[in-house]
Amino acid sequence: MAERVSVRQADFDLSAEVAALRAGDAGVGAVVAFVGTVREHSGGQSVSRMELEHYPGMTEAAIEAMIDAAAQRFDIRAARVVHRIGVLEPSDQIVLVAVSSAHRGQAFQACEFLMDYLKTQAPFWKKESTAEGSRWVDARSSDDAALERWGLRSGNAV
Amino acid sequence: MKVQVRYFASLREALGAQQSLDMPAGSTVGALRDALLAGSARHADVLARGRAVRCAVNQQMCDESAVLVDGAEVAFFPPVTGG
Repeated sequence: MAERVSVRQADFDLSAEVAALRAGDAGVGAVVAFVGTVREHSGGQSVSRMELEHYPGMTEAAIEAMIDAAAQRFDIRAARVVHRIGVLEPSDQIVLVAVSSAHRGQAFQACEFLMDYLKTQAPFWKKESTAEGSRWVDARSSDDAALERWGLRSGNAV
Repeated sequence: MKVQVRYFASLREALGAQQSLDMPAGSTVGALRDALLAGSARHADVLARGRAVRCAVNQQMCDESAVLVDGAEVAFFPPVTGG
């Protein structure tokens, strides 16, 4: 099976990632992919760049476990998560979650589940640079609520 | 027993990337946090109860009731903000 998780500085190519996810599996009838990107504004301020820190080792293991959980819950055929780290600029891609399945319903759900899970349980931290200096981004309780819809307790932002 | 403590993000900026500490066998993460709090004014501020601090033992998210073994890697960090 292809590598499911990649945490790295380098950018990713959505088309190439989806092609690799589908390769050799004619049972796939649906692919859902989410791409997160760097917004140029945050809290009314212009963001000139963003720096992403993570916990090497734990990050990869945590995302692998999330994919296992998604595969137990949903009828999916494959999943791929790419998350960038280091210095990024507005409009840059940050994260890719792509899921393949026989039918669209399970692929949509599994993709959203993985994203909700990743937002609150994978050890990444964002630091934004604005004209007023740098600041660590605050966690949102709305992200905890998103995970709790799946019956999982988050407790990240609290 | 010896435990390795790691900090990330804003906690790393304030306290450094890591330190090691001797703790009595069977200590919990909560007891370790208490020991760190007592270590310096800066630790007392950054790790203060009531601040949003998350923890992991051997790279697994946990709460402060987790019991440590010799050589454990304990990480403290702010709420995560990836994605």
